[in-house]
Amino acid sequence: MAEPVFAPWTDPEAKPLIQFRNVTKRFGDFTAIDDLTLDIYEREFFALLGPSGCGKTTMMRMLAGFETPTEGHILLNGQQIDTVPPNKRAVNMMFQSYALFPHLTVFDNIAFGLRREGKDKDFIQARVDEMLRLTRLSKFAKRKPHQISGGQRQRVALARSLAKAPKLLLLDEPLGALDKKLREETQFELMDIQEKTGTTFVIVTHDQEEAMTVASRVAVMDEGRIVQVATPDVIYEAPNSVYVADFIGDVNLIRGVAKARTAAPQATPAPKPVPEPATEAAQPALNRDPRPEPNAMGAWLHDNLLKPILGERPEDDAPKALPAPSPEETAKAKPAAAPDIPEGGLSIDWVDGQPALIAANGDAALDGKKVVLALRPEKLSIGKDRPDAPNVLRGKVIDIGYLGNISTYHVELTDGTKVKAQVANTRRISRRNITWEDDVWLGFTATAGIVLEDEA
Amino acid sequence: MRRFTLIAIPYLWLLALFLVPFLIVVKISLSDVAIARPPYMPQLDLSEGWAGLKAFFSELDFENFAFLTTDELYWKSYLSSLRIALISTLLALVIGYPIAYGMARAPDEWRPTLLMLVILPFWTSFLIRVYAWKVILAGDGVLNSVLVATGIISEPLQILNTNTAVFIGIVYTYLPFMILPIYSALEKMDDSLLEAAEDLGASRLSAFWMITIPLSKGGIIAGCFLVFIPSVGEFVIPELLGGSGTLMIGRVLWQEFFNNLDWPLASAVAVVLLAILVIPIMIFQRSEDRARERGE
Repeated sequence: MAEPVFAPWTDPEAKPLIQFRNVTKRFGDFTAIDDLTLDIYEREFFALLGPSGCGKTTMMRMLAGFETPTEGHILLNGQQIDTVPPNKRAVNMMFQSYALFPHLTVFDNIAFGLRREGKDKDFIQARVDEMLRLTRLSKFAKRKPHQISGGQRQRVALARSLAKAPKLLLLDEPLGALDKKLREETQFELMDIQEKTGTTFVIVTHDQEEAMTVASRVAVMDEGRIVQVATPDVIYEAPNSVYVADFIGDVNLIRGVAKARTAAPQATPAPKPVPEPATEAAQPALNRDPRPEPNAMGAWLHDNLLKPILGERPEDDAPKALPAPSPEETAKAKPAAAPDIPEGGLSIDWVDGQPALIAANGDAALDGKKVVLALRPEKLSIGKDRPDAPNVLRGKVIDIGYLGNISTYHVELTDGTKVKAQVANTRRISRRNITWEDDVWLGFTATAGIVLEDEA
Repeated sequence: MRRFTLIAIPYLWLLALFLVPFLIVVKISLSDVAIARPPYMPQLDLSEGWAGLKAFFSELDFENFAFLTTDELYWKSYLSSLRIALISTLLALVIGYPIAYGMARAPDEWRPTLLMLVILPFWTSFLIRVYAWKVILAGDGVLNSVLVATGIISEPLQILNTNTAVFIGIVYTYLPFMILPIYSALEKMDDSLLEAAEDLGASRLSAFWMITIPLSKGGIIAGCFLVFIPSVGEFVIPELLGGSGTLMIGRVLWQEFFNNLDWPLASAVAVVLLAILVIPIMIFQRSEDRARERGE
């Protein structure tokens, strides 16, 4: 049951549960989905991420059966399901508005799908009780939807959509209506339930933190196309386009012209490695660990209730490691990860009178092209003294965003470009030595950024 | 104090325009018919003071109510009125629900227009509209001419002056009162509920029966009462469209009042009619209250 690494998408033998094959969906003149091909595998927690109007909801509605593709085919378990109506699909959906039936009790809401299947009474009773326990709603079985809280309604909706044990569960912005704290708790609950039930989840969201927290893979969409499909860490660390880099998390985009490097530059000081400034610091803020330990409640639930159904909980229960980025992607993103300024790569002339920026991981093929260096704020160091880094920038602090655990410094460079640097607040704020209007140095390693071709 | 004033306004309204007239009608119903002006007695003479008041009350009795039970015309009329009102209400529901449903599911930009079309007939006098049905339904009327001309029937249908014409008239007149509350209930309904039902395995038809109908129940009940209650006491429609065989209590009341000049008996008929109608009104109120308790 516990594979060492869950990454069916790297296995050419693996059979996808869902296949989109050149699917196009048009509404009149408007193309919502444009020639889209995508595989989703069993047991995946797949996130469709994008701004509103990017087509993610249309994709989900096609999976549920509320829309049929204009062109192309959708396959579930190898079977074409393009025109199968929603009530004949082994797919259930959790609606954004929850769509709980207001005239039915929590119990009857959850039992609704089972009754349509004509299951006998005892089976329905047992299954609904099981769902109520899974979602901690047993106390509320007799209540009507308007008599429970928003978080409880969300769980009723989840229980109702899971009751029929669908092959595929679709979640349309499931946590949108919850406040931040409850949303974070619920994200882990969702992951827990997904693992326990072994159901394939497809979640639609515009919240990138949510997508990165819960999903095994994320598809970033824009205007009906999928821009990148990858694991959350690859999406974050090695975006394939300026669009993805900009959409996911905070990023500094420095535009310039690339030049292939042949030798290490002389101008920059001793290539002593700068410790990657804040990768750890970024983690709590971004919740990047996508597989938390099951919580105590989850473990208890499993041991006491679900064991007969799902089998033993794997002893080693190590957090499932993220799959390594695929070799090509790694090669593209970071061909040489040596600590010293490595040979090769690109130097980027970004503004007159400033030394070129070095991106040792840049693709030499971009030589002479207009490029964007995408730099995550937490990969920049900030200090009052000139750092020992391959790339150094000088500027003035114009704004400080204090978030408690981290601070974001908005620095205006000498040429007017604004750059953000993020630092973990390991010290108390009273001991912070950088303040507004201070002249500061920013530094980053030769591999801190990602060089992307400029689309603009 | 301000709260008291606010509550007092509807109560004063009710007192002045319903309770006082009703008490007068009750008083007349307990009097005896007389050739006088007004045509009943006793008259209250306050100039004689306490003795006059006593004399007045001693002459009131329930004679007229007793008389209602002796002649089968009255209870037959009541029953017939209730039957006609009930059938008309059901017909209005069967016709009105699909119209309301279609309106609620129409594109947003059409809805104000459709709503307008439902209300539009109210812009013409009720009497004229009912009279127009006489022209349509008459033996040589529009409907028969068209049907005969197209060869669907060879003999003109006798619709006018039958109960059928009364049903047509009542359904036509009161249909907006059925459509509007149902429409307002359906319009509030979230479409994703139907999608959710379908997603969970219900067919479109069963989703309709299990979701749409229960959620529009409030509108259905309100619509039925709004049609049923005025239909029971309806006078104009049976008078203009009904035949001599159409027994309705409204006509009986009219005849007692204007033809026989028996105000006390007419008043008794009205009081009993009100009693018959108050019961369904109370049931309606209770169901409304319960719906409010459910938090709608």
